[in-house]
Amino acid sequence: MMFTVTALAILVTMGLAIARALLGPSVYDRILAVNMFGTKTVLLIAVFAFLSGRTDIIDIALLYALLNFVGVVAVLKLVEQGGLHGPGIEDE
Amino acid sequence: MLIDILSYVFLVAGGLLGIIGGIGMHRFPDFFTRLHAAGITDTLCAALILLGLGLQAGLELASFKLLMIFVFLFFTSPAASHALANAAIHGGLKPLLDTPTAPGRKKKAAKKKAVKKKKTAKKKQTKKKARA
Repeated sequence: MMFTVTALAILVTMGLAIARALLGPSVYDRILAVNMFGTKTVLLIAVFAFLSGRTDIIDIALLYALLNFVGVVAVLKLVEQGGLHGPGIEDE
Repeated sequence: MLIDILSYVFLVAGGLLGIIGGIGMHRFPDFFTRLHAAGITDTLCAALILLGLGLQAGLELASFKLLMIFVFLFFTSPAASHALANAAIHGGLKPLLDTPTAPGRKKKAAKKKAVKKKKTAKKKQTKKKARA
């Protein structure tokens, strides 16, 4: 029962985040919303693992937590520099 | 039984914080304030939900995995937020600031100036009278 309530709350949050990602005026707003969406995905999978009683599913949540961070940083580099090649711009 | 109640409280509080953060994403006016709203859901919401699940699992492999998820989120979400803010500043996005030229401040400043002028005028008048 409580897992269902939590899963619904997380789903509402994901809906709000995806709405911001679609509306967002700047690119960074969209990236921020997608980052939040990814974090909520991790939580949703973890809750679903307990909801269905198969706790092995938490491994997938762990994988999502790792992928989400790398993905956000990669997209940021792509937006800032226009490409993923090269060592990156040094701070002045 | 007590642990069950505690974990339910944590789960519901985590879900509530998530919804609050989601509403904040829509109500805040610019990117940097939205970063703050997303920060709420990345830290306390995630921590509370994972803690509630961990209490349900007890001391098992599942709770260790949940701990690992928490550790990863604990390290990566501030790093991601910092990278986002840094990229936005480099990309030319300016935060909304309550500068003295904002309409609310301007009226107050004008009033203060007017009061000062009146005071100085009175002083001058009294001085003139004294001289006379």
